[in-house]
Parts: sequence; structure tokens; C-alpha cells
Amino acid sequence: MTDNLVFADLDATDRALINGLQGGFPVCERPFAEIGGWFGLSECEVISRISRLCHDGTASRFGPLYNTEAMGGGVTLAAMWVPEDNFDDVARLVNSYPEVAHNYERTHVLNMWFVVLTENPGRVAEVLQEIEKNTGLRVYDMPKEEEFFLELKLEALAEEVT
Amino acid sequence: MKQEPPAVFLDNLDRDLIALTQKGLPLVSRPYHYLAEKLGLSGEQVMLRIKALQGKGVIRRIGLIPNHYRLGYCANGMTVWDVPDEQTSLLGPRIGALSFVSHCYRRPRYLPEWPYNLFAMVHARSRAEVEELAQEISDILGEHNRGHKILYSTRILKKTGLRLAGDLSKPDEGKRENKDA
Repeated sequence: MTDNLVFADLDATDRALINGLQGGFPVCERPFAEIGGWFGLSECEVISRISRLCHDGTASRFGPLYNTEAMGGGVTLAAMWVPEDNFDDVARLVNSYPEVAHNYERTHVLNMWFVVLTENPGRVAEVLQEIEKNTGLRVYDMPKEEEFFLELKLEALAEEVT
Repeated sequence: MKQEPPAVFLDNLDRDLIALTQKGLPLVSRPYHYLAEKLGLSGEQVMLRIKALQGKGVIRRIGLIPNHYRLGYCANGMTVWDVPDEQTSLLGPRIGALSFVSHCYRRPRYLPEWPYNLFAMVHARSRAEVEELAQEISDILGEHNRGHKILYSTRILKKTGLRLAGDLSKPDEGKRENKDA
């Protein structure tokens, strides 16, 4: 799969870093030096490559990936059927909630899918009810009931949200 | 796997540490010591806290989060499957283990309009490839696949990360998704 990294201009070392650094970053005094040891690079070269990958957009971020639920917050995935004619207005209303973290238009009758993250778990239902009330459209609440989680994968890609 | 962990105790220093690192770790030689200085802690204390957050599951992992669009994985298909409830615990882990599935969850149905209870996010370079990969999922589910759909994202309407008080990050709105590769 890594032979087909078509958009970004990456050399073999970049690819090794991308595949090898999706998790397991060391928690020690000089972690980049330790990483350098794994890849045969200097500490400075590791830092400069990671910072280039972040700056040119190949990586969206470098650092800890947080799990909102474990922090005691609420999270759900919600879906709506929104008529084409007022899609943009509804999107604006839904997006106006700071609790709405991600919102995607998708190819289905249920054409709007968004993730709600709240610090207080009870707030999730309130947000969904307010959106229903303000749009007159049904909001389907689809919280995760079971997670089939797996160890890290080399080409594991998206941020773990939806 | 079924049981959610209990809510975790986080103190104000943890919250400050999370707020400081939710956009990323500082790219300096001693990143934890750098954070420690900002928080008025020692490097050791920051490292212990980070390890504790990992242990509690608050930090899923630390690493490079690739932008899959830049890497050419432009087709993002949310595949949804109607699988008998009694089969999901058995089949879910097999789907979740596939290398092209980034996450896999059981979610509620809404009958009759939404019979799908198993969600698997598939990333590939084109819709044609997503469809081939969905076929692999279908083969694993076999007779237990009572119906499925693939929902492609056509537009990112909003995308922000975790928000904590004091985070001034701007959401990434209105980006058009690359519809197909």
C-alpha cells in the first residue's frame, strides 16, 4: 500500500516514519533521539522530518490522541435527513454548536452525519433535542454500543472519531 | 470489550496538560521537559502523568496522525451492515482487525428505515477500491450479512478536534472532499 503514496512527495525515510510512528512514541527525556535509533537518523533529523510532515499537511498532527469518553465526556454519532433546499442552513445551525466536532455530508437519504462531543455526558441528549427542535428534522442518535478495537495498523489512517 | 471504563479522575494539571498537547507535542529535543516548564512541574512529573493518562485510556496513543487525503487515500466509505445481534460480538472483531478498517463499532438500529448495526470505516484510494474491500467484509460476514450500504462523504461540513476550555482553535469548515480518486 505504501508504494502508492501518490500525493505527498515522500522519500523512503518519510514513509518509514509515517508507518512506524503511528503510536508507541516513547515517554522519556529525549524521545526523538530514541526514535532516531530505531530509524538510523539523528535526533535533529527526526525532529525536522516530523515537523516538515506536519507543516506540509502529510500529517495532521503529531502528539497524543485523546479519548473523550475515557475523560468522562459524552460522545455520539448522529444522523439526519436534510432536504437539499435547506441543507446549508441546517449545516450552519448544527455547526454552530461547539459540541459538534465533525460534520460530514454523505451519500444516503440520511445525508448529514455529525459527531457530538461534550464534557458532561448529559449534554449530548440536550444538543440533539435542541437541533431537532430548531430544525423540525429528526435526529437519529447512534452512540457506539460496542467497539471492535484492534491493535495499531501500519496504514491505519483516519483520526478516531466517527 | 463491552464494558466502558469508569469515568476517570483528572485534576487541573491533567487538564492543562491536555489543553497544551491537544494540538500536538512540542517538536523539541526534550518535549516533556518543555511542557513541564510551562506547567510548573518537573519533566519526571509530566512523564508520569502522561503514562498515567495512557494507562487510564485517556490517551489512546502518541504518534504521527497521518492525513489520509495527502497520502492518496481519498475515498472514505462508511460501510454499514445489518448483522444479527447475536453475531456481532463474534464477527465485529474480525471486521475490526482488517487492515483497511480504521474503526468498527456496533450502533443502534432504527427500524424500518435504518436496519444497520455494524459500522466499519474503510479507507482506500478510490470508490472502486472501497467496493472491493467491502466485498471482503461481505465475504467474512457470509450469510449473516442481511444487507449493507456504503456511505461516502462528499463534503466536510465541520472538523475540529477535542475542545477544552481555553482552546481557541478554529474549526476547519466547508472543505470539499475529493469525491473520488
